[in-house]
This record gives sequence, C-alpha cells and structure tokens, in this order.
Amino acid sequence: MNIVVCVKQVPDTWAEKKLSPDDKTVDRESVDGVMNELDEYAVEEALKIKEASGGEVTVLTMGPEKSVETIRKALSMGADKAVHLVDPGLHGSDALATSYALAKALGTIEHDLVILGVESTDARMSVVPAMLAERLGAAQLTFARKVEVGDGTVKIERQTDVGYDVVEAPTPAVVSVVEKINEPRYPSFKGIMAAKKKPLTTLTLADAGIESDKVGLAGSGTEVAEFAPRPPKQAGQIVKDEGDGGVKLAEFLAQQKFI
Amino acid sequence: MAEVLVLVEHVDGAPKKVTFELLTLARSLGEPSAVFIGNGYDNAKDKLAEYGAQKVYVAGDADAESYLVAPKAEVLAQVVQQAAPAAVLIPSTPEGKEVAARLAVKTESGVLTDAVGVEDGFVAKQSIFGGAINVSSKVSKGTPIITVRPNSTAPEAAPAQPSEEQVAVTLSDAAKKAKVLDRVTEKRGGRPELTEAAIVVSGGRGLGEGSNFALIEKLADSLGAAVGASRAATDAGWYPHTNQVGQTGKTVSPQLYMAIGISGAIQHRAGMQTSKTIVAVNKDPEAPIFELVDFGVVGDLFNVVPQLTDEIDKRK
Ligand SMILES: Cc1cc2nc3c(=O)[nH]c(=O)nc-3n(C[C@H](O)[C@H](O)[C@H](O)COP(=O)(O)OP(=O)(O)OC[C@H]3O[C@@H](n4cnc5c(N)ncnc54)[C@H](O)[C@@H]3O)c2cc1C
Ligand SMILES: Nc1ncnc2c1ncn2[C@@H]1O[C@H](COP(=O)(O)O)[C@@H](O)[C@H]1O
Repeated sequence: MNIVVCVKQVPDTWAEKKLSPDDKTVDRESVDGVMNELDEYAVEEALKIKEASGGEVTVLTMGPEKSVETIRKALSMGADKAVHLVDPGLHGSDALATSYALAKALGTIEHDLVILGVESTDARMSVVPAMLAERLGAAQLTFARKVEVGDGTVKIERQTDVGYDVVEAPTPAVVSVVEKINEPRYPSFKGIMAAKKKPLTTLTLADAGIESDKVGLAGSGTEVAEFAPRPPKQAGQIVKDEGDGGVKLAEFLAQQKFI
Repeated sequence: MAEVLVLVEHVDGAPKKVTFELLTLARSLGEPSAVFIGNGYDNAKDKLAEYGAQKVYVAGDADAESYLVAPKAEVLAQVVQQAAPAAVLIPSTPEGKEVAARLAVKTESGVLTDAVGVEDGFVAKQSIFGGAINVSSKVSKGTPIITVRPNSTAPEAAPAQPSEEQVAVTLSDAAKKAKVLDRVTEKRGGRPELTEAAIVVSGGRGLGEGSNFALIEKLADSLGAAVGASRAATDAGWYPHTNQVGQTGKTVSPQLYMAIGISGAIQHRAGMQTSKTIVAVNKDPEAPIFELVDFGVVGDLFNVVPQLTDEIDKRK
C-alpha cells in the first residue's frame, strides 16, 4: 500500500502567533515552525501501516522554504521520500486553494492512501481532508481513531460526538486521524542521519500543473477584512477560599443569573 | 430579499438547537430557507416553521445515513445550484465543517469556519489563535459558505408558513464510497450535549482519580450543564474522550464555562476561550486558567465544589 502523508509546518503552539499587517496572512517568518502536532500522528499511522503491509510512505508538504525542517522530521521518523510544493505564488492560499494545490501535487505521486491530521493548529479549520477527498473523487474516511487496512479496502472508526462510526471504503481513500489513534515515535539518531540521504523532490506550480490564478491570495475564496487583538479581558475577580469559596462562587453565579 | 440557506442538523428528524440559532441569524441577513436532508422530516416540520423558515427544501431519500458526509454535500450543492442563495449557513460541528468543505469545492466558493457571528454583507466574525485575535472575514468567490459555532446567536421564534419543496436526489457513485457499517453510541448520561450546552462544567487532573468525576457530574446536574474534561483526564481514562475540551477535543462556546482542577494549558484554552463567562477553581494561584476567568476561587476543589453544589441546590 503506497501512502502519502500530508504534513504542514505551523507556528509553534507556544509562540505568539501573528497576522502580518500588510497582507493579513499568518506571519510564518518571525516565529519558529514545527510540524503540525496532529500530523505527527498521521506520519506514525502511515509508518505503522507500511510496517504491517509494505509499500512506500511519501511526505507531501506545501509551504515556504523553511518547511523543509518539518519534512526532515517526517523523514527522520521513517518516511521514505518527500515532495515539497514550494512557490512564491502559493503565499496566502486559503483552504480552497491549498486543497487544489495539494490535489495537483498528489497527481504526481502514486498512492492508495492519503493520510492527514484532522486539523492544523494555525488554521484550525479541519476542512482540507474533506476537500481533498472531494477533489480526488476518493473515499473520505476522516476523524479516524482506528484504521484497519484490508485487501483494497480501508475500515476506520470515526470519532463522533456520541461515540464512533464504523466506516469502510475501497482505496484510494483520504484518511484523517485524531490524536487518540497512536503514540508518535521520536526520530532516532539513526533515523536523523538516514533522513539526510532520502530523496526530496521540489515542485513548483508549473511542475505540478497548477494554474497560478487558482492559488495564492488572489486565487483564494476568502479574505480577511480586518483583524485586531482581542480586547484584553477585564481582570476577573479572584478570591482565596477561606472556607466559604463555594458560597462566594454561588453568589457570583447568582449575580450573573446562572442560578 | 435574497435567500439564505440553513442546513438543518437533526437527530432522526428532531432539529438540534443550533438549527434554530442559524435560522434566527439567517433572518437578520435575508430570507431563511431550511435544507432538510435525511429521514424524519415530520419531526422537524413544525419547529422549522416556528423559527421562521420561509421555505424548506426536503431531501428525504438521500441515503445520507448510509454514507459519510458526501451525500449531504451533493444534495446541498444541488439546492445551491437551483436556488442561487445569497449564502449558506452550516453548523460548525465536525461533520458540518466537512459538508461545507465539500460544498465549497463543488461550487468553487470560499468557505469560512467557526464563525461566532455573521454581519451585514456576510462578514464572518472569527476568533483565531486560541482567542488572541478577532478577525472579520469575507468570502470573495462564489457563494459564501459559513459555518457558525453553536451558541453564537440566541434562538428566537418567528412563526412562519414555509413552502415546501421536495428535492429529488440521485447520488453519484463518488458520494457512495465511504459506507457507514455501524454507529456506536458510547456511555452517555441524560446530560446536554457538550457543544450545545449553555453551561459546561469541566474537570481536570486536579480531581486525582476517575471516581471523583462524580463531584463534577453532581455540580453539572445542579446547573443542567454538560460535563467536559481536560486531556489529562481523558488520557488517564477518567472520562470518555468524547467529552474532551480543547484543541484535539471539542470546541465549546457556552454562556458559562467552569474549569475545575484544570491548569489552563494553551491546548485546553483553544477549546473554551470564547465562552461568555469563565470561572475556575484551582489550588494554585499561579495557574494560567486564572488569566481568563471572570471569577476564580483559589482553593481545594474537594472543599469548594461540594459546598458550591449544596449552595446551588439550596437556592433553587
Ligand atoms: C497535540 C496536543 C494536543 C492537546 N490537546 C488538548 C486538548 O484538546 N484538551 C486539553 O485539555 N489538553 C490538550 N493537550 C494537553 C495540554 O497541554 C495539558 O497537558 C492538559 O490540558 C492538562 O490538563 P489539566 O489541566 O487537567 O492537568 P494539569 O495541567 O496537571 O493541571 C491540573 C490542575 O489542577 C490543580 N489541582 C490539583 N489538585 C487540586 C485540588 N485538590 N483542588 C484544586 N485544584 C487542584 C493544579 O493546581 C493544576 O493547575 C494537548 C497537548 C498536545 C501536545
Ligand atoms: N500546506 C499544507 N501542506 C501539507 N498538508 C497540509 C497543508 N495544509 C493542511 N494540510 C493537511 O490538512 C490537515 C488539516 O488542515 P486544516 O484543514 O487546515 O485544519 C493538516 O493536519 C495537514 O495534514
């Protein structure tokens, strides 16, 4: 089973994230980048499937030059090769444009399964996997907390509000994973050394056959009109429990008409 | 006035509260039309009229129960084609966002998710980066598709006599790939659903062990609230993962959020920061959760919570 894992580099969760004032996109230059946490689970799941049933794992990342750090990490974990879609024309792509570009790049890589994280920590939209399935005409198996690969089929447990759904589809399929699915491995020293020699292909818009007017800020379907830091919250009232903390809290709730 | 489509979220026909919220919101933006997909329309009919739907598109035989997400997007795309609405509003639930995603691709339209409000001209209000920045966004291509978080609008009845239009559907083969074999409901009390609840009481590692979640449940029940948990608590197996609040759990935006024995890690905040009122009980005065609260008690939860529950019961 050949698998492509889509991995995104995002601003470090702990860093203060910003939008750049000029074009209102996420400022990716001024902060440290890390692999989107959920994508580590996607990489791990791909490696587990490969270990059980063979095939190749390819990492696919769309993002600026510095996303190579994230690609290296995925390769150090054990992925076989990588494709980096990088082009100035991609800057500012929203989900609609990103999914189009990723679908085009996927067209250049042979695959039975595409695995993604369920959500990126910067965009937090949780839409790219479903969009990709739609674009590729492949089955959508998203929010997986368990993946079972059969002969030409994939079965997942899809996390729901009340429990889970068992969903099955033929390959090719697009799978997104939740963080309950596995425990991502740490790259070993050997893995880090090996990663340096693994093939990394760079694709430009032209290489992937991407129409330039369908990506980037101009090709996106959405725009940020305005943004502002959230007005600082008025400092709340904090009391120390002197044996009456519960009563004081109840009084506050009564004042606010919750009781 | 132009039509604004609202996708009805329902369980066996009975619409969820967020549907009424979206109909109310749609009324402030245009003429609300409901789109009902799946079985059980009879259970929805009166309620959709009560909350002001001017028109209802009904796709009863869409087989939306047997296949994942794709059929709903296909039906909705068909209605969009036919009605050429000014916008489509969809509940910002995991499935709602996926329907919106596929609809966006099908109609080559921009999609905005997790709106906490929508204003004139379909400007969506969003809160990003764990609540640090407020953003106003617009769709610049195709039909605006906006997913709106539950609890963003107060539902108001506005009785109407909607016209009904049956939508005939023939699903494409592509929509019938991901077959649902089984739907499993895990342990669930009679409490309101987490993302819809007006009040959420969440417990964290401070509870020390799973059985102590009984304290959280008792407090929640005294307020008619839903129960949430931090990841530390769900990882330890104290409470089901379906109740986890945060970046990798659910995003909630209730009127009142109570964090009990939760430190307030950035990943937890990501799921509750837009709550209207936030209170916390924590024995550590330095816990980051106190930066967010409207009211906080520094103290041992094992003293504060039972006293609070008693006091609430007394005041009823
Ligand atoms: C990829 C990723 C995703 C994540 N997603 C989520 C997520 O979705 N949701 C989430 O919640 N976390 C998430 N986390 C984990 C998050 O970083 C924190 O580890 C977690 O939220 C901590 O849970 P907690 O606050 O219950 O525990 P702790 O941080 O250990 O806090 C326990 C608190 O209880 C207090 N306490 C202890 N005893 C008492 C007592 N007797 N009375 C009163 N107070 C007491 C302590 O002072 C402390 O502040 C994620 C982490 C990663 C890396
Ligand atoms: N630029 C990108 N390059 C590679 N994968 C991406 C990119 N953007 C999003 N993804 C994938 O899509 C998932 C969901 O992202 P999102 O819909 O933005 O929340 C992520 O976890 C990634 O697996």
